[in-house]
Amino acid sequence: MTSLAGALRGQRAPDFSLPSGPDRHITLAQFHGAPVVLAFYPADWSPVCSDQMALYQAVMPEFTRYGATVLGISVDGVWCHRAFAEDRGISFPLLSDFEPKGEVARRYHSYRLPDGVAERALFVLDRDGYVAWSHIYPPHTNPGADGILHALEALTHERQAVV
Amino acid sequence: MTTPFRVTTGRLAAPVTDDDHIRGPATAPVTLVEYGDYQCPYCGMAHPVTQELLRQRPNVVRFVYRHFPLTNVHPFAEVAAETAEAAGARQRFWQMHDWLFEHQDEFDPVHLAAGVEEVGLPVDEVVQEVNAHVYLDRIRRDFVSGARSGVNGTPTFFINGLRHEGGYSLPELLVAVDQAATVPA
Repeated sequence: MTSLAGALRGQRAPDFSLPSGPDRHITLAQFHGAPVVLAFYPADWSPVCSDQMALYQAVMPEFTRYGATVLGISVDGVWCHRAFAEDRGISFPLLSDFEPKGEVARRYHSYRLPDGVAERALFVLDRDGYVAWSHIYPPHTNPGADGILHALEALTHERQAVV
Repeated sequence: MTTPFRVTTGRLAAPVTDDDHIRGPATAPVTLVEYGDYQCPYCGMAHPVTQELLRQRPNVVRFVYRHFPLTNVHPFAEVAAETAEAAGARQRFWQMHDWLFEHQDEFDPVHLAAGVEEVGLPVDEVVQEVNAHVYLDRIRRDFVSGARSGVNGTPTFFINGLRHEGGYSLPELLVAVDQAATVPA
């Protein structure tokens, strides 16, 4: 599975539009021009996910320093996401890959069968919307933030090298 | 477009320096670094373990504590860390550190002030510094070094710069520390 998600590296990230709340949608293309972190995860409320998303909220000032937007994605519905976000103090968008279920996760080779949930998969997209880095982790492993931070740092260096 | 690079998971990104809070002899062959959160119950459980570890291995281990407050989950974690730093500025870091872990359910302003007084610090000055976030940059620096080292929750331990993947019961930490002590530097 790791190799499949890895196959997206260097490719343009598949665009999508997903609900971020009861009346709101977020489209990947709207972040063009800045790095984006896609954090697929299996489920709201399960202990490991909670720690992971709560951690990303705490690390947010660092992600922001790189100008990066973080989007959490699972197959949970919008109301579930809202309750979860309120409980854990999460203010970045949690997107519902709910209908058709897991369609976006599938396009990122990050849908876990037969469980029917997203993998715990991270993608860092550069400002042009290409996949600069990706990794799939075991479902019960909290991947931390270091992989993302290294990838964002590498993007900065790359850009400086070009300029 | 692809960026080839190695993810250095499991290594301490920021080496221990004199700016760190260090308990134990500088000559100790093993350095145990903990990233912790004063409001985290697991860190509270680990606290007496690390104390006992230092007691049993006084010449083997030096202990370093770095802040990793998950403020969105633990609303008092940052205030507690700032209070510990205010104590540190007055050479009382470890006394305050111990008090905080021993009174995790007393982080409301009234009890916290009582703790500050118990540790022998000027309450008004400490409260003023905490409210002015005098030490927040330092706490933030600890936090970022932890995030870059792959800290994904608290407590996370590093033994001689390598992430400790096992549990943190006394027997497990003793084995890990004794093993590290026998590895030639």
